[in-house]
Amino acid sequence: MQRKAAGDLKKLVTDALVEAGLTYEGAREYWTPRRLTLDIRGLNARSADVREERKGPRTDANEKAIEGFLRAAGLSSIGEAHVHSDAKKGDFYVAHIVKPGRDAEDIIAEVMPAIIRDFPWPKSMRSGAASARPGSLRWVRPLQSIVCTFGSETEETRVIPFQVDGIVAANVTHGHRFHAPEAITVRRFADYSDKLEKAKVVLDAERRKEIIAADARNIAFANGLELVEDEGLLEEVAGLVEWPRVLMGSFEQSYLEIPSEIIRLTIKTNQKCFVTRQPGSETLSNRFILISNIEAKDGGREIVHGNGKVVRARLSDAAHFWKRDQGDLPDLETLEPSAEKFGLDLKKPLDQRMAKLDALNVTFHAKLGTQGERVGRIRSIALALAEVTGADQALVDRAAVLAKADLRTEAVGEFPELQGIMGHKYAVLQGESAAVANAIEDHYKPQGPSDRVPTDPVAVAVALADKLDTLVGFWAIDEKPTGSKDPYALRRAALGVIRLILEGRARLPLLPFFDIALRALMAQRPEVAGDIAADLLAFFHDRLKVYLRDLGARYDLIDAVLTSEADDLLMIARRVEALTAFVTAEEGRNLLAGTKRATQILAAEEKKGTEVADMVDEKLFRLDAERTLHASIKLASDDAREAIGKEDFRSAMEALSRLREPVDVFFNDVLVNDEDQAIRANRLALLGLIRTATGEVADFSKISG
Amino acid sequence: MTTASLPDHMNPKRSFQALILTLHNYWADKGCAVLQPYDMEVGAGTFHPATTLRALGPKPWRAAYVQPSRRPTDGRYGENPNRLQHYYQYQVLLKPNPSNLQELYLGSLEAIGLDPLLHDIRFVEDDWESPTLGAWGLGWECWCDGMEVSQFTYFQQVCGIECSPVSGELTYGLERLAMYVQGVDNVYDLNFNGREGAEKITYGDVFLQAEQEYSRHNFEYANTAMLHQHFIDAEKECVALLAAGAPGDAGNNRLHKCVLPAYDQCIKASHVFNLLDARGVISVTERQSYILRVRTLAKACGEAFLLTDAGGANWNREAA
Repeated sequence: MQRKAAGDLKKLVTDALVEAGLTYEGAREYWTPRRLTLDIRGLNARSADVREERKGPRTDANEKAIEGFLRAAGLSSIGEAHVHSDAKKGDFYVAHIVKPGRDAEDIIAEVMPAIIRDFPWPKSMRSGAASARPGSLRWVRPLQSIVCTFGSETEETRVIPFQVDGIVAANVTHGHRFHAPEAITVRRFADYSDKLEKAKVVLDAERRKEIIAADARNIAFANGLELVEDEGLLEEVAGLVEWPRVLMGSFEQSYLEIPSEIIRLTIKTNQKCFVTRQPGSETLSNRFILISNIEAKDGGREIVHGNGKVVRARLSDAAHFWKRDQGDLPDLETLEPSAEKFGLDLKKPLDQRMAKLDALNVTFHAKLGTQGERVGRIRSIALALAEVTGADQALVDRAAVLAKADLRTEAVGEFPELQGIMGHKYAVLQGESAAVANAIEDHYKPQGPSDRVPTDPVAVAVALADKLDTLVGFWAIDEKPTGSKDPYALRRAALGVIRLILEGRARLPLLPFFDIALRALMAQRPEVAGDIAADLLAFFHDRLKVYLRDLGARYDLIDAVLTSEADDLLMIARRVEALTAFVTAEEGRNLLAGTKRATQILAAEEKKGTEVADMVDEKLFRLDAERTLHASIKLASDDAREAIGKEDFRSAMEALSRLREPVDVFFNDVLVNDEDQAIRANRLALLGLIRTATGEVADFSKISG
Repeated sequence: MTTASLPDHMNPKRSFQALILTLHNYWADKGCAVLQPYDMEVGAGTFHPATTLRALGPKPWRAAYVQPSRRPTDGRYGENPNRLQHYYQYQVLLKPNPSNLQELYLGSLEAIGLDPLLHDIRFVEDDWESPTLGAWGLGWECWCDGMEVSQFTYFQQVCGIECSPVSGELTYGLERLAMYVQGVDNVYDLNFNGREGAEKITYGDVFLQAEQEYSRHNFEYANTAMLHQHFIDAEKECVALLAAGAPGDAGNNRLHKCVLPAYDQCIKASHVFNLLDARGVISVTERQSYILRVRTLAKACGEAFLLTDAGGANWNREAA
């Protein structure tokens, strides 16, 4: 938050100064937990005079017009105006107005209060006695003081006179809250930052980060350990301290039995401390690294002791969750109807959590029903998918039924980002097969363009089912992503489906599965919209284009093979691949040029209304080039069609590329626009055959170049 | 006053009750009315009418008190060294907040013997919100060596009503603070009365059995059907009392005559909801609706409070 605020301060102040006619050489912002600072260098002492001419009435205009002109231009008598002559308009008055420049100090004093009052904090507050009055200052926390000085490099600086809600700008600040709370008088930035450094405040957050990162690595190394780096945490702790001091604490080895993800999150989220590990290994150590804000009198012994206590208490809590999640829930008899619905075994802890999730009617989305209903849908979609992919039906069913069970565990309640991961662990502990346990974790994957894509057929079926249910569901209630708004991460879900299919090389036409997912939803919610397949498929096409583009494919080539009803993503991708290879080779480029020429001529004649024969009549051929081309097209089309039947797009392209020579020869030797109308119509029909033949693999007219 | 000159049993570093007494002395010295705990089950010191209701309206107010607080889901059967389903909050409300609120707070830490050059005392920005009370504010968590020992809030809104002026609320977690100053790792080992040997009474002597029993109650035994009914009764009664005390149209009749008893029912509903939540019988959607129902009561109480003397209904006239 402070980083952004400091950036906002820089932009707002420099924009306002420039707007007022000043220039500056450079500006840099700084922040600490208690301060926002802006250092502006090379600001002019004064803005330049601005001259402008204001045209007035003709010299013979009436008195009223002249008076009005004097008033508007700020002149006291007409003698101050100049007379300009114009051949057409005659003589008229012009006021030469000089707006004198202003001192930078005045400008700063004028712009600052408004910037402070309207500062774009994400959340701001009122405080103190002033808050009883309407329109009192809002700031992120109570604003304590303002330092604002101005002056050249060499001379004394002056305090800029302004105030906001009773806080008067001055040249006095205070150092570290505990080490140096005394008042410090400052002149200019260099002086300010030096004095703060002496008063145990490192003003520059980047330097605080460097200090923390270097010291943390060193202290870990000195103890034979390795720091588990965490850039987000580093940024956060650098924003919490003004005088960072790195210390190391520890907890009992026995806590290392808790899964390391939980240990790391507990220590990071709740305590803002770093964890360490044995060098080169994934195993965490029982040492953690903390950043204090003081140079303690005892070298930090008390601080380490205190932090250790808190970390131990937190881990004890985590251990408690970990243990309770493996035990029985109370009132098991109330869960029997849910258990029956999902074929759950109430002797097993994770099964109990799933039954509880269902029994509590935990909402997934108001219009899409409960989590229990959602699991029911995922289950039926996953089973249908398994039929096509050949995944083991029983394992898919079990994985689908347990996929969301960990949402009811205490560990996930505490750390929602552990969903799936905890389900996996608890599934292993209750003896589920590896495929089921992995699928519980992996069904959320892939979460983005760089996340791992599951490959096990059980995980793939549940992962696809989860995402298809989400997409079809939100489409059916018309909650689609718009512009930058995608609250349900539907783009990510579609990308997930695309990656699962393409990277898993799966033959899965989408439309039948949209239908299965929609029917599962309508069985529960008959009121949702049923007519969504075409629109959702178009959304998939858009996401597929983005995905293939990121892999380096050309947009025009994707468009050339994509038809609005194409729902077999793997086939689309393979066609694009083959087409790309084809058009980058010389044969392909030439055929493309020839085809385009044929298409253009044909289109132009069609537009003019020239007759084109329905069928090519061999008897009307006059030249060899016509005959050769016709025979070649027939051969190439047959070969291409056969290759496409075998989904061998490369061979299809190769077959077509054999057309290149006859097409070239045709255009070289044959004049399409023959005087004989029948011959011309026949030749145009032949051109039409080129278009049809190439259309077997792609719409060449959409390919650029 | 230095802690060294005190007899051991009155030293805040040795005795839980002396910690409370030291804070009482400190805040009494700063002009607070030192109140006693509210005599109802509440989730936090904020629910005490001396905070919730007194934060509303224009009249200045300064109060400090200990409030026993119940968080049924935090029960750990006495097995966790510092999580409790019943614990003490020390609550200070200063209205309007003085500009040196942080310094006053740090003064109180020094009074109980916490040296800020020995302990890492940190203000961590925190947005505070109580959906059930329709309240929010900005402030800090105050950390001492990584443990959150206090919370600062500048109330912006309470009972859905804009605070004018803003109050500063300080809440100390007394057990955690005491564990710090006594140097104890387990809350049950805290010395309660500051005596040693046979005369010593520990926090565990006072509360361990209660934590075990209440954890069983909160998670396993509490009768959920009865609790559901209690919630409904409290809600009805709150609305009925507010209607009964509502001001008439004219003259002396313009003040509200029954806000505090109605607010008690709002507190009761809130606690019953917390118990139902601990029993795991509230679904996510129901949860939202329960919170909304309590907030509706809190808002109605807050609006009614503004029509009372303490709520400042007569205050402008007094000032004039």
